[in-house]
Formats: sequence, C-alpha cells, structure tokens
Amino acid sequence: MDVIAFYLFAAIAIVSSLLVVGQRNPMYSVMLLITSFGALAGLYVLLNSPFAAVTQIIIYAGAIMVLFLFVVMLLNVPREESVPSAIAALVGPTGRRIGAVLALVFGIEVVWALSRVGLSWFAQDAQGESVKDVARIGSALFRDHVFAFEATSILILVAMVGAVVLARREH
Amino acid sequence: MNINPTIVAHLGLIFVIFNMLVLSAAFMVWMERKVCAYIQDRVGPNRVGFEGALQPFADVIKLMFKEQLRPKAADALLFGIAPVISACAAFAAFSVVPFGTETTLWGLLDVPIPLEVTDVNVAVLVIFAITSMGVYGIVLAGWSSNSKYSLLGGLRSSAQMISYELSYGMALAAVIMLAGSLSLREIVTNQAGYWWGFIPRWYLFLQPLGFFIYMCAGVAETNRAPFDFPEAEQELVAGYHTEYSSMSFALFFLAEYVNMVTVSAVATSLYLGGWLGPFLPDWLQWVWFLVKVFLLLFFYVWMRWTLPRYRYDQLMEFGWKWLLPASVINLLATAALVLWIG
Repeated sequence: MDVIAFYLFAAIAIVSSLLVVGQRNPMYSVMLLITSFGALAGLYVLLNSPFAAVTQIIIYAGAIMVLFLFVVMLLNVPREESVPSAIAALVGPTGRRIGAVLALVFGIEVVWALSRVGLSWFAQDAQGESVKDVARIGSALFRDHVFAFEATSILILVAMVGAVVLARREH
Repeated sequence: MNINPTIVAHLGLIFVIFNMLVLSAAFMVWMERKVCAYIQDRVGPNRVGFEGALQPFADVIKLMFKEQLRPKAADALLFGIAPVISACAAFAAFSVVPFGTETTLWGLLDVPIPLEVTDVNVAVLVIFAITSMGVYGIVLAGWSSNSKYSLLGGLRSSAQMISYELSYGMALAAVIMLAGSLSLREIVTNQAGYWWGFIPRWYLFLQPLGFFIYMCAGVAETNRAPFDFPEAEQELVAGYHTEYSSMSFALFFLAEYVNMVTVSAVATSLYLGGWLGPFLPDWLQWVWFLVKVFLLLFFYVWMRWTLPRYRYDQLMEFGWKWLLPASVINLLATAALVLWIG
C-alpha cells in the first residue's frame, strides 16, 4: 500500500515538475507546480511527518504560489508563442551550449553523489526518528538551531527590504 | 469473506457526513432566504413544501437542467477545473472536524470509533492548509473566464484571502498555545468542565478577542457580506462566477455554503467547547455540536442582511491596520499568560 502510494506521488511530482518547465502558458506552469508541491506533501505523509506535509501545503502551495498566480494574473503574462526565436535571441547559441554542458555536469554529479551514498542510507533515515511530534520539531528549531533560525529570518527580512527599496527607486 | 465492521462503520460515517454537508448547504440557502425575507419584512419562499422548505431542491433541479455555457475566449481546462477545486476544498476541510465522543453504535462494534472522518494530530493546520487551497478555485475561475468582471473578482478575492489568512492563523495559534495540542479532538476535550460550577471552560471566555478575530477572518475567507467583495453585485455583476452557469455555478454556490458550515464547525470546536454540553447523555452529545453550529450559521445570515458592504480600501485597512495588530497582541498576551501560569 505504502509502496504504491509512494510511486504514485513520486510519479505525479516528477511528471508535473517536468511539465512546469515544458509549458508555454505561465498559468498552467503555476498550477502544475502546485500539483508537484501537493505530491511532495503526500510523500512527507508517507514518511510519517504530517507536520512537514501540512507546512509544505500552507507555505508553498497556499502562500507562495498564490503570490505567483497573482503576479501572473496582474501582469497578464502572454503565452510564449515562438519559443525558439525568443530564446535564441535572448541567449544565443553559445549560451545554450554552456547550459547543455552545465546540465550534463549536474546530471553526472547527482548520479555520482547517489552512488556514493547508496540507497540504503535513505531507508535507514526514514526508519530512524520520526518527526511526527510537533513539540520536538519546535524544541529542535528554537533550542538547538536557534541561531541558524534567527539568522535566516534576518536574511529574509533583508531581502524583503531590498526588494522594496529597489521597487521604490523610480519615484 | 470477512468484513471488518469498523471499516464499514467508518465508510458509513463518511457517507453520512458528506450528505449532511450537502443537506446543510441546501438548508442554509432556505434559511438565508427566509431570514432575509423576515428582516426585510417579506414572507420569502413559501410555495414549495412546508414554508418553502423544499425550495433549494427545486433550485437544484432547475440548475441541473440549465444549459452549461462557456465563453468562447475562456480557457476550457481551467474553466472546468475551478469549480471542482472550490467544492473539493470545501468538503475536504470538514474531514478533520470532530463532532462527538467515541461511540460503539450501541454495542455493534468491538472497538469504539470517534465521530469524525479522521483524527489527525495536526488537524488545525490541516484545516488551515485546505482553506488556503480553496482560494485557487476562485482565482482560476476569475482568470480563466476571460472577462473583466471575473478577473477583478478573482484578484480581489486572492488579495482579501491573503490579507485575512494571517489574522486567521494567529487567532488559531493562540488557541493552540492554550490547549497545548494541534488536534481538534484534544482541544475540545480540554474545554470540559466548569469554572465556579456554572461557566463552561470554553476558550471563548479566555480568548474573546481571538474569537472576534477568528469570526471576522472567517467571514472574509468565505467571502460573505460585509466582506463579499469578490462578488460585489453593484460593481462586478457577480464577480468571479459571472460567466458560470448551470451546475458549475451550483458547485461554487455549494462550496460557499459548505465553507460557512466548516468555519462555524471549527469555531465551535476551538472556542465553544465542541460537542460538550449539559443534560444530554454521552451518545447524544453531537446534538450540542449541531445547536452551536446552527447558532453561528444563523449569526452569519443575520450579519449579511444587517450590515452593508464595506468599501474595498476599508476592508484592506481593517485587515492590515486593525485585525493583524490585534491578533499579534492577542497572541503575545496569550503566550505571556500561558508562560506565567505555567
């Protein structure tokens, strides 16, 4: 049962993530990305951590993607009609070649890393401590990793202030 | 073949809950029209059934036989999916709401089952997550219709929901801190008992500001008057569902009413002690739950026909400048109280 659910969610996540990149219509991309996040949340549930699953939905699917959707709707981003010419004009053949090489390097890197670690490592980790208990997540976050947590929040605040400053510069 | 009675009971419960939700939505439509009529000194629907009680069913039959229209310029796929998302999210949110104690169905079952679809240990967050998904139905409907009224309605709705979701979440967080649990069942059982023998230990009395914030945000989340901007008739024809007809319109309609029932049911569990109440035996305590939810729903209807719609900038100002600071203060005060008392 769990295995079937795992492959189902994994397949949905992978297929919808691939389609996000392949879509011409930005609206469909956003919707497919939400689907992909939903499938990821399903995987978290299978890993026995409903809290992570729910936060995934609330933060990514519920908050960030609504913002994406909002931007797409407000700017009324048109469908990409003639893709080859648009990309070619923007990047040029050299850029595309560099991109292809980088993608290849990244692919080799992922395969190499996975073969070093071995798949048994993941199985071990899943059987270890489950993160089901919300209280334990809280104490880990605010006791053991409190510096990293606060530093991240400051970084995000800086990014927000920066965005506001950049947006207001014209006036 | 050996059939597990617990699974059968669970499936039966799910069936009953689903149909109760649909019926309560139908009943709500009737109640709304009746209450509205009496508030405006009219009689309201009184032809179909006793005092017009079968009117919603007549409406549904009428809607089913209407032609399903789709604007030529609309995005066919998203236009079709949008009402389904709305309705699904509305129904799914109710699945973690408990409405009674555990029961063995008069000894039919060996293991007692709780009166709810499923008990999740992060139930409050699940409801929050599912309501935040419901906004997609409205936004997509607004965008895919390819009509300016729909688009404006969809944009307003997403802005409104994002603004009020913050206060909504903070009001929930204050209750979670008091209860020390994210499970709705535990939150309800924590409210058992009385202060000085007669005041029930409801979180309403510990969190009056929180309850007010929750109800304001709940009304805004369900797009009801006085916060019904996504479908403001005078400005936007019908807002995000302007281009919808027949059953796809009915799905939006259904979703709105089911959402109201869910918000009221969650408010009952969080602030009004859920199914807890005096006089009734354990197996009948769900009656208290129904009574409390009904009173909140009546309040919803009453408010709609009493208060005029706000102006859009007033809505945003109220959400960001009043409700959000109030909910932050409420959260901090609750945290201080919990730490102080221990």
